[in-house]
Amino acid sequence: MSGKEGKGAAKDPESEPTLGMDPVADTLRRLREAFSAGRTRPAEFRAAQLRGLGRFLQEHKQLLRDALAQDLHKAAFEADISELIMCQNEVDLALKNLPTWMKEEPVAKNLLTQMGSAFIRKEPFGLALIIGPWNYPVNLTLVPLVGALAAGNCVVLKPSEISKSTEKVLAEVLPQYLDQSCFAVVLGGPRETGRLLEHKFDYIFFTGSPRVGRIVMSAAAKHLTPVTLELGGKNPCYVDDDCDPQTVANRVTWFRYFNTGQTCVAPDYVLCSPDTQERLLPALQSAITRFYGEDPRSSPNLGRIISDKHFQRLRGLLGCGRVAIGGQSDESERYIAPTVLVDVEETEPVMQEEIFGPILPIVNVRSLDEAIDFINRREKPLALYAFSNNKQVVNQILDRTSSGSFGGNEGFIYLTLTSLPLGGVGNSGMGRYHGKFSFDTFSHHRACLLSHPGLEKLNEIRYPPYTNSKEQLVSWALGSQSCTLL
Amino acid sequence: MSKIGEVVQRARAAFNLGKTRPLQFRIQQLEALRRMIKEHEKDIAGALTADLHRNEWNAYYEEVVYVLEEIEHVIKKLPEWAADEPVEKTPQTQQDECYIHSEPLGVVLIIGTWNYPFTVTVQPMVGAIAAGNAVVIKPSELSENMANLLATVIPQYLDRDLYPVINGGISETTEVLKERFDHILYTGNTAVGKIIMMAAAKHLTPVTLELGGKNPCYVDKDCDLDVACRRIAWGKFMNSGQTCVAPDYILCDPSIQNQIVEKLKKSLKEFYGEDAKKSRDYGRIINSRHFQRVMGLMEGQKVAYGGTGDAATRYIAPTILTDVDPQSQVMQEEIFGPVMPIVCVRSLEEAIQFINQREKPLALYVFSLNDKVIKKMISETSSGGVTANDVVVHNSVHSLPYGGVGNSGMGSYHGKKSFETFSHRRSCLVRPLLNDESLKARYPPSLAKMTRH
Repeated sequence: MSGKEGKGAAKDPESEPTLGMDPVADTLRRLREAFSAGRTRPAEFRAAQLRGLGRFLQEHKQLLRDALAQDLHKAAFEADISELIMCQNEVDLALKNLPTWMKEEPVAKNLLTQMGSAFIRKEPFGLALIIGPWNYPVNLTLVPLVGALAAGNCVVLKPSEISKSTEKVLAEVLPQYLDQSCFAVVLGGPRETGRLLEHKFDYIFFTGSPRVGRIVMSAAAKHLTPVTLELGGKNPCYVDDDCDPQTVANRVTWFRYFNTGQTCVAPDYVLCSPDTQERLLPALQSAITRFYGEDPRSSPNLGRIISDKHFQRLRGLLGCGRVAIGGQSDESERYIAPTVLVDVEETEPVMQEEIFGPILPIVNVRSLDEAIDFINRREKPLALYAFSNNKQVVNQILDRTSSGSFGGNEGFIYLTLTSLPLGGVGNSGMGRYHGKFSFDTFSHHRACLLSHPGLEKLNEIRYPPYTNSKEQLVSWALGSQSCTLL
Repeated sequence: MSKIGEVVQRARAAFNLGKTRPLQFRIQQLEALRRMIKEHEKDIAGALTADLHRNEWNAYYEEVVYVLEEIEHVIKKLPEWAADEPVEKTPQTQQDECYIHSEPLGVVLIIGTWNYPFTVTVQPMVGAIAAGNAVVIKPSELSENMANLLATVIPQYLDRDLYPVINGGISETTEVLKERFDHILYTGNTAVGKIIMMAAAKHLTPVTLELGGKNPCYVDKDCDLDVACRRIAWGKFMNSGQTCVAPDYILCDPSIQNQIVEKLKKSLKEFYGEDAKKSRDYGRIINSRHFQRVMGLMEGQKVAYGGTGDAATRYIAPTILTDVDPQSQVMQEEIFGPVMPIVCVRSLEEAIQFINQREKPLALYVFSLNDKVIKKMISETSSGGVTANDVVVHNSVHSLPYGGVGNSGMGSYHGKKSFETFSHRRSCLVRPLLNDESLKARYPPSLAKMTRH
């Protein structure tokens, strides 16, 4: 079993091109040196970083709202509740709890190790890379940052180039609030990100699609870098016959069209019986009209599609099945009306890819079992929703399926609890975060045992040579209580 | 479809039937596993003797007992671990049920290695079974006797579809890795660890990689050298040095090097006699390739004790090297053999720097009577785990996760951590489907929310 070559006096095992030719390499080297020097270890340093992040969020609230409006036509209300306030809450939570989170966690000992102390130490990994997406470009970039900073890592942030206005704010303004010897923003598209991923990081946190998630994990494998991948999928929304259609429609509409459907945990499609579909359609129409008015295009509460590419993709999906509600679009604004599709076939494109837009297909199933089979034939989604007055139905769906997270009679309100982590399973991802889970994600949990040099007599039993009398002694010791020799 | 593909598909089909969901089923399987171990103790010891020249004593106390304890602990705790875990709610969610729900991942692959071929293959199985998964086991072909034994007895006691054993070499392992799993736990070396992670990436399969490294052992001037050296000798030379958490090399001040050598020698003689080759308790190197490799590491070194080997029996004498040059080969790779190099450093700071210039090891050891020294060593380095004033033993505490960091691995297991590693912990919020009145405030539009950009 051969291990890695010793590094000798040189810090970085990779052969980097001439100093200055690869500015990213220089940045990473600088950050690594700061980490090795121990800058990010003290709690005071980490708290100062978090406070800086907090001040950035406070002082540039309007700037960020404007950026989000430019990128996604996001209403200030949405920007606040789904991005800014969430980030602020995470910063506040981390600042309040940092001393506790950083403490060594004592653990139960076994009989023979009673003489010492056993605990888990949380240590930073070193240099963490956070790759953010475009749909909640502030939240999904900065909430992981809170965890990485709190855990004492140096951080490289790679915000999405697709949400350009937000990218600009994060690249130009944010660094002014953080210690730049331990923090850097790197910009670029897929090519630059690919090159960035060739370098070694000690942790990579990625939010994006499963396709790119595979690329990130493969790149991480070359350096044995642990990863958290927050990916996506088609989040099913089962609506039982036993329900009040208007209440369901209100909730589904709210969560589906929030951020114009560009939410990784949004209900992607509805599964229900034809009867329920009949009751649901007018209820959905009613909710859409109440929320966005008769002409959703003029509603300040409805966003726009992020890019031309995604707009074209979504417009293509409007041709699937039959449009029951909405269906209008306008290329010049990248506007797509809140849409509901019916008579949709499983094989059609709208049921083959994560929609990530304001389109809700309804697929008919004849029973709960059929719905569960339908769900289980597919990749595990990031979220799964079940609506029913009947608790048993909700529990059945929960017990017989798997998904990152689960909402019973609700959408993704669980995101407001820092005690419920966000993370996927299978194709929808690996790892999780929010609140303390972020701190734990970005920490190495080091098992520590401090043994006593004394009481060596008790250890005698474990040393060779192994004689019959020793065997008898140990058999007796083991017979009385479960304990290892050690 | 290949035969291996069929085996994995059968395991998946059996999992999809829901057989492993009831706790009762999982506990029954674990009890069967326990029976298997107790009824085949002699066979297990026999396989270890044939593969590694181990004996009934260390077969039991260095392998079997760990697994039996794990099974006891897991059976007892399973109902608690598998239960829904309620979480703290916000004011807005007081009426809701908010909890974390543990569920199996599906089909888990465990790839074992040859040095503790029983433990590193079966102990992870315990957690994977407890978490409700189907488990495909691929023991190491290098410990051939154990591989054959496991393939024979496991199907006699456990569900054959859910827990198949696949044997074979590199080509079979490559075949297996093409299949899709829901978690892969691999124990082995760094180079292969990367290959496993790359293969896993194609399916977005999470991995636990238990790898290795050069585990430093710092011996402070202020320490009880008799006790320290005895413990170090025990941990280093068990299984002829083929232990991933063995102290790989010693760092110490030149003024105590000779004493350390003398005390190590003394302990070695107590343990294995004047000629370790004659001791029933001293192991052998797994195969010729590793024998040659380890013998090669001694070339050009100052041998203070041992230094000899016998290729025919793959015996290498317990060996101590002194004044070792950090640039020499023996300090470039994980030794994984009964050769203990001593590298001299002049201070704790120098030792820490030495350690930090190298890849993060699986384990780190520090011997000192001075708590400050221990504290400084721990806080200024990183490693999978640490034991102070002893070696190896942090592994034996159920409540401590066992795993590496950086080049020594990712993820961890043992005890509850195994259950967590092999489960998906799903965040759940369930609300009554009542009237929506109280929620109306969140829905658009409202004057307060109609802000202009």
